[in-house]
Amino acid sequence: MPPAAGPLKTTPLVRLFREMGARLVDFAGWELPVQFSSVIEEHLAVRSHAGLFDVSHMGEIEVRGRAALDLVQTVTCNDAARLAPGQAQYTVLTTEKGTFVDDILVYRRSERDFLLVVNASNTDKDFAWIAAQSRGDVEVVNASARWAQLALQGPKAEAILQGLVAAPLAGLRPFRFIETEVNGTRSIVSRTGYTGEDGFEIYLPPQGAADLYQALLRAGSSHGLKPCGLGARDTLRLEARMMLYGNDVDETTTVLEAGLQGIVRLEKGPFIGRESLSREKEKGPARRLMGFEMIDPGVPRHGYPVRVGGEASGQVTSGTVGPSVKKSIGLAYVPAPSARPGTRFAVNIRGRDAQAMIVPTPFYSRAH
Amino acid sequence: MSKGDGIYPDDLKYTKEHEWLAVQGGIGTVGITHYAQSELGDIVYVEVPAAGSPVVGGEEFGTVESVKAVSEIFAPISGEVLQVNPQLAAHPETINKDPYGEGWLLKIKLADPKELDSLMSAAEYRKYIEEEAN
Repeated sequence: MPPAAGPLKTTPLVRLFREMGARLVDFAGWELPVQFSSVIEEHLAVRSHAGLFDVSHMGEIEVRGRAALDLVQTVTCNDAARLAPGQAQYTVLTTEKGTFVDDILVYRRSERDFLLVVNASNTDKDFAWIAAQSRGDVEVVNASARWAQLALQGPKAEAILQGLVAAPLAGLRPFRFIETEVNGTRSIVSRTGYTGEDGFEIYLPPQGAADLYQALLRAGSSHGLKPCGLGARDTLRLEARMMLYGNDVDETTTVLEAGLQGIVRLEKGPFIGRESLSREKEKGPARRLMGFEMIDPGVPRHGYPVRVGGEASGQVTSGTVGPSVKKSIGLAYVPAPSARPGTRFAVNIRGRDAQAMIVPTPFYSRAH
Repeated sequence: MSKGDGIYPDDLKYTKEHEWLAVQGGIGTVGITHYAQSELGDIVYVEVPAAGSPVVGGEEFGTVESVKAVSEIFAPISGEVLQVNPQLAAHPETINKDPYGEGWLLKIKLADPKELDSLMSAAEYRKYIEEEAN
């Protein structure tokens, strides 16, 4: 239902989406399509062919200057010094406690020029947080209004996009990007995504977004490309065990509890949260975010209470029926001693305890 | 009946919670309407009381879940559950494909046929959802 009052923020594509008959919803203050045809059809199209998402609501923060690397290193736990220009990394803006201000992508555009892509609902908070840490010769700009973003995801993504880009895409590896013209507009083309499939995220000025969206739909029509909404984005990312800020991770969950020890680079030097994460790593996190499948019938949902060994132990953080895995799946924080595949626990589904079992994740991985 | 027809058969009775009821020989067949399945989207799970359970008209008696949402369903009428649609456990999407036919939920032995008077006709229901949509 569209909310009656309050101006929702819109992306450059909202008029087109209305014409296409998309179902638009209020997502974190943005009017965005939740589905075009059917969440399951869109999800399966991304797995088998390709899907096109408008993710222009995501925030972009530019950090540049001689002290740009120092600032990025101070506010994130991964090691941005390992990035050469043209490389990107997944990382976390950490609090002193080692919890999430946000989970983000960092793009190194040149030695002294970084682009940080952040969750829409956190953009203002992240910008204030980063700006407050800036020291020396560095400029921090909330550039969110100057960037639109389209995500083209799925095994046919490269073939579809190649028709609109002169540079060869076959050699562009995951977490690498180029700056080039796409459909005549200077854009960042990044081999990244949030679906568990091969694909690209394309950053461009908002004025070019509607043209590019339509050009991609035309180029993709013979490849089985479907326009996709937030519904499919959520089921795709959950099957791939990618986390959603505000559901799975937030300022109360640590990076290590979330299972991201691989991007906690204690050896890189000082950063916010390093002491806490160092101590936590030594003794091991008290709980871990684990993937589970339902054994009993039912669909786990965000917020459903979980009991492990009879003890209340938090809530389901994400849950759905995975359209590709065809099972009821979810994520939940489980006390560390029980956090291993095979452990059974109870999910309370509207007053009834249903059995679930921890399983290895991701729930889905594409064939290589 | 395909998704998108948006029609509401005249021989059915309707509730404000978007269930339909077809009555024949004191037995009511219950489902959810085209409007309900369309609003919900892809249905992935259905929970209804087993045969032999009593249901009370107007009260919640189960849930229909789509990928994104849980929707409670309400008994159009009081009585005893005679049969649950055996197809729905394995193929809940049948409700999207054929909400008035193969996608029926359950059959109820009516306790009091007078309760039928409180339900809407197809014309009344059409008007009701037009108002709800605005």
